[in-house]
Amino acid sequence: MRGDFPLFPDSASTIASQVDHLYFYLLAVSAFFSVLIAVLVVVFAIKFRRRSEADLPPTIHGSLLLEITWSAIPLGIALSFFVWGAKIYFRMNRPPDDALQVYVVAKQWMWKLQHADGTREINELHVPLGRAIELKMTSEDVIHSFFVPAFRIKKDVVPGRYSTAWFQATKAGRYHLFCSQYCGTNHAKMVGWVDVMEPIDYQNWLAGGGGSGSLAAAGAALFQQHACNSCHRPDSQARGPNLEGLFGRTITLSNGRTIVADESYIRESILNPTAKLVEGFQPIMPTYQGLINEEGVLELIAYIRSLQHPNSSSGTRMLPPTNRMPAPNRPGQETGGAPGSRPADEERKP
Amino acid sequence: MSAEMTPPLVDAPPRESFLTAGYGVKSWLLTRDHKRIALLYLASITFFFFLGGLFALLIRLELLTPEGDLVQPETYNKLFTMHGIVMVFFFLIPSIPAVLGNFFIPMMIGAKDLAFPRLNLLSWYVYMIGGLFTLWAVVHGGVDTGWTFYAPFSTVSSSSHVLPAAIGIFITGFSSILTGLNFIVTIHTMRAPGMTWFRLPLFVWSHYATSLIMVLGTPVIAVTLLLVALERIFHLGFFDPALGGDPVLFQHLFWFYSHPAVYIMVLPAMGVVSEIVPTFARKSVFGYRFVAYASVAIAVLGFLVWGHHMFVSGQSVYAGLFFSLLSFFVAIPSAVKVFNWTATMYKGSISWRTPMLYAIGFIGLFTIGGLTGLFLATLGVDVHVHDTYFIIAHFHYIMVGGAIMGYLGGIHYWWPKISGKLYSEGLAKFAAFVVFVGFNLTFFPQFILGYLGMPRRYHSYPPEFQVLNVMSTAGASILGFGYVLPLAYLFWSMRYGRDASSNPWGATGLEWQTTSPPPTENFPVTPVVDWEPYEYRPKKEVAAVG
Amino acid sequence: MAEPRPLSREEYAASRLQHHFVSMEQQRDASTLAMWVFLVTEILFFGGFFLTYTVYRWQDPVGFAHASQNMDIVLGTVNTAVLIISSLTMAMAVHSAATGRRKPLLAYLSATILLGFAFLGIKAVEYTDHIHHHLFPGPGFRFPGPDKPAAEMFFSLYFGMTGLHALHMIIGIGIVGTLLVMAYRGRFTPEYHSPIEVSGLYWHFVDIVWIFLFPLLYLIGRHLK
Repeated sequence: MRGDFPLFPDSASTIASQVDHLYFYLLAVSAFFSVLIAVLVVVFAIKFRRRSEADLPPTIHGSLLLEITWSAIPLGIALSFFVWGAKIYFRMNRPPDDALQVYVVAKQWMWKLQHADGTREINELHVPLGRAIELKMTSEDVIHSFFVPAFRIKKDVVPGRYSTAWFQATKAGRYHLFCSQYCGTNHAKMVGWVDVMEPIDYQNWLAGGGGSGSLAAAGAALFQQHACNSCHRPDSQARGPNLEGLFGRTITLSNGRTIVADESYIRESILNPTAKLVEGFQPIMPTYQGLINEEGVLELIAYIRSLQHPNSSSGTRMLPPTNRMPAPNRPGQETGGAPGSRPADEERKP
Repeated sequence: MSAEMTPPLVDAPPRESFLTAGYGVKSWLLTRDHKRIALLYLASITFFFFLGGLFALLIRLELLTPEGDLVQPETYNKLFTMHGIVMVFFFLIPSIPAVLGNFFIPMMIGAKDLAFPRLNLLSWYVYMIGGLFTLWAVVHGGVDTGWTFYAPFSTVSSSSHVLPAAIGIFITGFSSILTGLNFIVTIHTMRAPGMTWFRLPLFVWSHYATSLIMVLGTPVIAVTLLLVALERIFHLGFFDPALGGDPVLFQHLFWFYSHPAVYIMVLPAMGVVSEIVPTFARKSVFGYRFVAYASVAIAVLGFLVWGHHMFVSGQSVYAGLFFSLLSFFVAIPSAVKVFNWTATMYKGSISWRTPMLYAIGFIGLFTIGGLTGLFLATLGVDVHVHDTYFIIAHFHYIMVGGAIMGYLGGIHYWWPKISGKLYSEGLAKFAAFVVFVGFNLTFFPQFILGYLGMPRRYHSYPPEFQVLNVMSTAGASILGFGYVLPLAYLFWSMRYGRDASSNPWGATGLEWQTTSPPPTENFPVTPVVDWEPYEYRPKKEVAAVG
Repeated sequence: MAEPRPLSREEYAASRLQHHFVSMEQQRDASTLAMWVFLVTEILFFGGFFLTYTVYRWQDPVGFAHASQNMDIVLGTVNTAVLIISSLTMAMAVHSAATGRRKPLLAYLSATILLGFAFLGIKAVEYTDHIHHHLFPGPGFRFPGPDKPAAEMFFSLYFGMTGLHALHMIIGIGIVGTLLVMAYRGRFTPEYHSPIEVSGLYWHFVDIVWIFLFPLLYLIGRHLK
């Protein structure tokens, strides 16, 4: 058994110290009141102990003033906890705009992570120090939860939707990653590491990772493979909305509601196309549920994200379709494998 | 009504009481006497308590070492699931209401029985049938979903006996509803003449508030389990995203009951404390009305906070704000009660008998548990400690340090009344001390483990967490020993204990105005109440009581 | 041997007083309050289903409406009328008991039971029809067009909610049947008929649940036709 053991976790992110300060405030107030009650109770039990069976204490029914006081003061203190906690919570839920994207797909019982440049990792996440990192997460099966104690962040990873968490690491090192939502037999083994590296080291690591093709490029290949461009095309034969410049734009649906075309919208449109029909289009898009897995969806989102508005001068443009037959559907199962090796990418090279 | 003690009736001939009114199994299994039904429940919940405790022991044994080397992962997952199910649904929720509430509510209000004696008996049978279903699931390989049954794991992924366990809990829920219904109707319609609402013992107020929750909350867990069952049997998609369902909807439905359920577990214990403290301080409860109102406030507010179990689930940030704020509000009435109990002791005449030790233990441990609840209501902190051992420590402080200590205190307080016997005070004090020490050693290290980041429901863990885990397991073995002791000396007292008088503690309350044990009809003559609750008068002012 | 003297109405009512109550009035108050509390639990019970319906209909109102078009509105309306009339006959039964008219009491209780069976019979016809059209949710579910997931959710809720309702109807018929037997044996008098009153409350509640189910399940697709 180890002789040394920690009593307090590492504090390795910008939010961690904020959480800790609030925690210490809570601890102090709790310790104060616990000790106060304990001392009062013990002192009263001793000082007013029964000395004879004939003892008859005074009848004291109560005091409105005391009741108000000891309701109001705790309420005030509680509200201070609430406000401070809410502020931190808002910060936790508002990733900065310049955050580096990392995509996380959880499944029983492993974490699959992809950097924007296509680098994949399993159960381990390398990140640079001092940069905000935004995690876009979904699950392939049951609910999991991404928990890094040293960063004080946690978010449930839910099948059928995306959830987001973000952090900015402040200390280089290796930190536990735990799944913290019970997910079956090997829940306790669904653990890993977050490696925070100095920016130079991170760049070297990224470069040496053999990244060939960014997520967006992989998405472009999928787009071709599934012949999405036969309907979603920039010319007059289009039967689906033009996707150039779509990401982040507000669009109008057939029921009159408007919605921002974000990751969740695009994911839903691929897997359940008629749930949100764009105004002016027919519900003819087939569903790709079972044909494209969660990682494929993330790659497609990265590709669509890169498609700039037709009138802009930079960014990727969509290519009109060729007369080639579409490639056979990619199976719904993920490939997985050791970090760094990506056999699936080889298939998808155009 | 006097506070003087009547002399103990030692060496008296065996007395007629509800215990002697009819012998044989049929007279117990077909009884309509609320007191006998209470004892039927006492036997059953004691069985389930030790079953749940056995699971806990195995869990703590596994956690002695970082590797999962005692049992298989599947087995471990079943152990913590069944520990939770058995303890929550088959021990904690029924415990005080079905044993002490059933026994004493009619007596405390001056009635001969509850409003519906046959429904009362039915509620015990329903509880037993539900228990049998769950035991079947346990014996045939167990359930591994966690007592929280989160979808889609429970509906799609788990291959364990989810259905029988869910059915068992569904059925037992009706036992809860029937008990609550019986209590509400009884308290409303059967109070003796002069027993107005604000003359009721606070134990009755607590159980009234608890019954409101039982009656309003339990149907929701019932329908939730029904949805889970339908989904599993017919492959429907209420909570399965692959079929368009929403797994988070399950969480809303589940916690809508399961949060108020924790108040079902703690309010009755608070009621017990509200009886013990004035008796052993020989002083009226300070702020009676506020304590009464606080019980109802806890019940009402308790229905508005369920989302604090879901701060990281993906629910909207604004929902998080609402639930956090309400969770702070619900803490205030509990704090008010703690202050009022403490003030009751001020200038009292404190006796250190065992029930008082348990009550004092409750006050201290519930305060710690409740304060750690504030950590969890605090959004920014909860994100870090959610689903870690911090949560486990928090709710065990309330459920074990609070509810179980309240239960044991109540058992020790009313044991002379129920059995007509006195237990060994020395042994009882020793057991209370062992329980207190064992409990704190078990669960305090878990707060530290939780903030360190050790997740809950983990079969194996990083080696740096081991020392704290070993401490916790050591405490658990002490705690277990402390629980076995009362079983032994209470049983022993039934055979060999000294006879108890009708009012060995010099307490107020109608239940102390009749014999120990009471006759079947509770009171030979319906009492007429014209005094305030917890009124202690000096001996020379004793009026003749008819 | 002397013949036992029949009890007077007052004596009979007094004999129905259970030993733990102090008066008939207390007993009556208790049983009425108990039924109301029980009905509140039923509201919460069905409420979980109604909440689930609300969530998924909000998610895809058009899909739900399309699915609802597969309901037989004629049969649904007939069933609604059947239940409302049965509540009327039940209320008349209570009134007959309160005024001591035994024959009308027996007639109205019987009518209530018959109407209850009629309701269940029509539901059985509808269920059979739906199953034939592959509208029972699960692996065998078939629904052409893009609304299939929403339609399957709709039918899951339809079978779940109406099934739960039908179960309550069956229990209600059992209760009213028991009352019929008791009434036949002359157990009810103007001074003692609270079992009928209290069962009436239950029956009306089951009726009201249907009044909510009917528009939510049968009428939401009408505007699309």
